[in-house]
Amino acid sequence: MTDLGGELMRMLPFLVAAWLFVVGLYGIVTSRHLVHLIMCLVVVQTSTYLLLLGVGYKVGGAAPIFADIPVGTPAVDPVTHALMLTDIVVEATVMALLLALAIQAEERAGSVDPDQLRIMRG
Amino acid sequence: MNTFLPATPVAVPLTVAAVLAAVNQHIARRLADALAIAASLWCLSACLMLMFRSNHGLIVYWMGGWQPRNGAAIGISFAIDPIGAGAAAFASFLVLVAFVFSAHYFDSVGTLFHVLLLAFLAAMCGFSLTGDIFNLFVFFELMSAAAFALCGYKTEESGPIQGALNFAITNTIGAFLALSGVGLLYGRTGALNMAQIGKSLGQTHDGLVVAAFVMITCGFLVKAAVVPFHFWLADAHAVAPTPVCVLFSGIMVELGLYAVARVYWTIFHGALAQFEAQTRAIFVTVGVITAVIGAFMCFAQRHIKRLLAYSTISHTGLMLIAFAMLAHGALAGLALYVIGHGLLKGALFLAAGMLLHHLGSIDELKLRGKGREAIAASGLMLFLALGLSGVPPYGTFLGEALIDSSAEKLHYSWISYIFMLAGIITAAAVLRVVGRVYFGWGEDLDRSQQEEGETDEGRETSGGEEIPATMFVPTLVLLLMGLSVTFIPGLRNETQTAAMRFMDQGAYQQQVLQHAAPPQYQPPAEESLLVPIIRGLVATFLALIMAGLVLLPHPLRKGINGFSGGISYILRPIRIVHSGHMGDYVAWLTAGVAVIGGLFAYFIH
Repeated sequence: MTDLGGELMRMLPFLVAAWLFVVGLYGIVTSRHLVHLIMCLVVVQTSTYLLLLGVGYKVGGAAPIFADIPVGTPAVDPVTHALMLTDIVVEATVMALLLALAIQAEERAGSVDPDQLRIMRG
Repeated sequence: MNTFLPATPVAVPLTVAAVLAAVNQHIARRLADALAIAASLWCLSACLMLMFRSNHGLIVYWMGGWQPRNGAAIGISFAIDPIGAGAAAFASFLVLVAFVFSAHYFDSVGTLFHVLLLAFLAAMCGFSLTGDIFNLFVFFELMSAAAFALCGYKTEESGPIQGALNFAITNTIGAFLALSGVGLLYGRTGALNMAQIGKSLGQTHDGLVVAAFVMITCGFLVKAAVVPFHFWLADAHAVAPTPVCVLFSGIMVELGLYAVARVYWTIFHGALAQFEAQTRAIFVTVGVITAVIGAFMCFAQRHIKRLLAYSTISHTGLMLIAFAMLAHGALAGLALYVIGHGLLKGALFLAAGMLLHHLGSIDELKLRGKGREAIAASGLMLFLALGLSGVPPYGTFLGEALIDSSAEKLHYSWISYIFMLAGIITAAAVLRVVGRVYFGWGEDLDRSQQEEGETDEGRETSGGEEIPATMFVPTLVLLLMGLSVTFIPGLRNETQTAAMRFMDQGAYQQQVLQHAAPPQYQPPAEESLLVPIIRGLVATFLALIMAGLVLLPHPLRKGINGFSGGISYILRPIRIVHSGHMGDYVAWLTAGVAVIGGLFAYFIH
């Protein structure tokens, strides 16, 4: 019983990550508003956070700050945290840029509906 | 200085970009130009130096001196080989050209364009030189963010905004895919250094490894714009400022493919070694579809920059085929093809930019017969078009010859016909533009009602009676380099050796992790170029005929009307698929990943 439960708990972050990725994509495909679409992109991004944290997690591990715990104590992997932080910083730039473009779309094309923003085709 | 040389292609442009951003409007435009040109010249010479030095073995540079201990890499490294350094050098060169070309191009005040282009350059250099997969992702995103902003640079118009949005959203999803793959690999191996990941994966090829491979590959293939991930490319190129298009088509798209090759040979080569035939078949299929769809879509365009963009898609398909051979001959050919294509396509975009500058339009039908005023642009275009068909002595020709001979040994000799087909159609499309714009041949179709999207764009410059030397000279230089690159002595041998070095996973690991001495390679004997020469001449001849047929005077044209009607009938559904709707683009992207992933899962289990 503990095995099944433990296995499920171990898999949970990855299952949720996969779900977030797919549901975010669904939101992007069906979106009718650029800001909503960009938020769906953030949902997809959240999936990568969860994946990285899940990868670095260790059951019973302490926070990896070795100032006040003895060396050798089991700790979660700090590298994945660094990766996630970098990911957040990089993507914050991209999202800011996207939102700025959305504002410009409203001003220049008079719409934020992807259905109306289709002068490029064929 | 020598110790830090490998870091400078990233550090120098970023520093100059920061300085220019800080002083923004308080600096004279010419001084900003000079600083930016100096920074890109520095990158160019540093990368060339690195390229020649790494000819004798990998140059491994550990950031902050964090060397690996007991064969385990903790720090972040640049692992520089001739192909990576060559890609960075080529990127620096194209950025230099873009800066010179744009000296009289934008009338804007401020240094934002310089800042973005320099950040773009730093990212491309880092991307080509790095030996760490997370670092690869970060540079990928920096490159993307700068590229999105450059694409939407003309914010006062609606087109660039839409193009930049399509570009940004699809490419960001690609980046998330790649990052998820990186996360899976880290979970499996606990390493981020590519040599280390490859070493600890060894021969294992379970579901997780295959999933990571598919995610990383598809993520980078979004940037490489292969079908069905290609939709963003035509939109982005049609609206981006011309000097930026040179970089998008000339090197950025190719870097997507470079990353796939780099990751394949440093990480997955051992794991997927026994599935080489299947991997080859899958990528060749995708490449052929891309090459053919790109070529036909190219021929169907009237917006000249969009036409060139589809031609790039077609040529990326060819490049993917070359990679798919997974052989050193084809990889060497690919490297030469990228250079040859980048020079020609860059010059073609610049020539289109001259048309736009001089005549205020980029619509082939609207410009009919007006090209006589812009003879320089039209004349250059004529010579550049021939290069697309792979006629000697253009750089594309030599690359194609190497790829063909390598494919023949793998029983894929039929791909040479795909190369010819794509070359003929894309060259014919550009020749048609020259015929119509310069000579005024063909029907006057401007008023015919065609269901089409944007066919033209506004001026990027204040326009002028004359084409300044800063526009004409860079274009001519690119053309001349495209023509003469074939004559560099020993080029084929050096590139073949570089390709062997690039593909040697064991030697790469030992050099990065254990400071092992590099092995030396013996390039194979040079083969005769007679058959490729004949093939190139035939392709060019057919391209001229194809362009001529379309431009025949009205009564003579009757005979082929049925034929061209048939073609546009077939093309209709394909053109409708290119809907300009970003939701559709993302749906295609998802479907593409699912199909490619499904194929790999099917073959490897």
